[in-house]
Amino acid sequence: MASRDEIKFLSNPHLGSQRKKYCRFKKFGIRHIDYKDPDFLVQFLNAQGKLLPRRITGNSLKYQKKVAVAIKRARHLAILPFVTDLLK
Amino acid sequence: MRQYEVTFVVDPVLSGDEIKTAAKSYEDLLKNEGCSIVATDDLGLKSLAYPINKRNSGIYFTHEFTTETGSVVPKLELAMKRDERIMRFLTIKLDKYGVKYNDDKRNGRIGKKDAHISKLDKQAEKLVIKDDLTRLEGIGPKIAQLLVTAGVNSYEKVSKADSDQLKDILAKGGSAYLSHDPGTWPEQAKLAAAKDWEKLDALQGKLRGGRSEEEE
Repeated sequence: MASRDEIKFLSNPHLGSQRKKYCRFKKFGIRHIDYKDPDFLVQFLNAQGKLLPRRITGNSLKYQKKVAVAIKRARHLAILPFVTDLLK
Repeated sequence: MRQYEVTFVVDPVLSGDEIKTAAKSYEDLLKNEGCSIVATDDLGLKSLAYPINKRNSGIYFTHEFTTETGSVVPKLELAMKRDERIMRFLTIKLDKYGVKYNDDKRNGRIGKKDAHISKLDKQAEKLVIKDDLTRLEGIGPKIAQLLVTAGVNSYEKVSKADSDQLKDILAKGGSAYLSHDPGTWPEQAKLAAAKDWEKLDALQGKLRGGRSEEEE
């Protein structure tokens, strides 16, 4: 039997493990998302002002929906844009 | 009792008085309909994310109010729709988390630090030793421990405390501590809190065992 240091792999065996993604609302117990707070909401938008998908933000479904609602309200009140080019 | 929050944007080209009366008129409208106003907020002049009616900025107001039924909301919205000074408005119903969030926000508790401190953490925070109380003449490690558990954990707190309060804390510790006189501790603590080590040393040189002695 070859020992561990004698075995060589063609590709890195650690490939594929990333930092565990978590829902920041569940983790920190945040229950309400304020639509009046653009600085907080902007982290869920991309540079064009579009909503980021849940697989990128890591949110649970419940909170992703709340975030979406908050962002849409903010857009209605012109706190956030519908489309831009230079949000971030 | 339902709690609602209405946010609206007022045209900025109006004079300051007109803007204020516009906001006030909706507050009065709510009061006349029998709602109790929880809070009103003037978020001030902000630039809009996109132009509305050719304007690029607006003045944001929020009114938070409670009512028994929701029947006032359509009336409020109709009035706002007809009003030419108001560019946008939005009424939402606040659930219990929303109510709590707004309350915390008004009391400054949304700073991320305090908002998540649980009860246990708060107790632990009180017990954390902020200053080394044994630096004060007359306070040894055991007395320092007593003071810290009673919540007096920094020089500031000792300086603010009454010598009676300190005596109480000592008495709770047991009869062994009755002979200790905390009379000079607030004075010493004041100097320590101000980081005036020179004066503190001078004072401590005069004291022995924490008591002011006139003779040897």
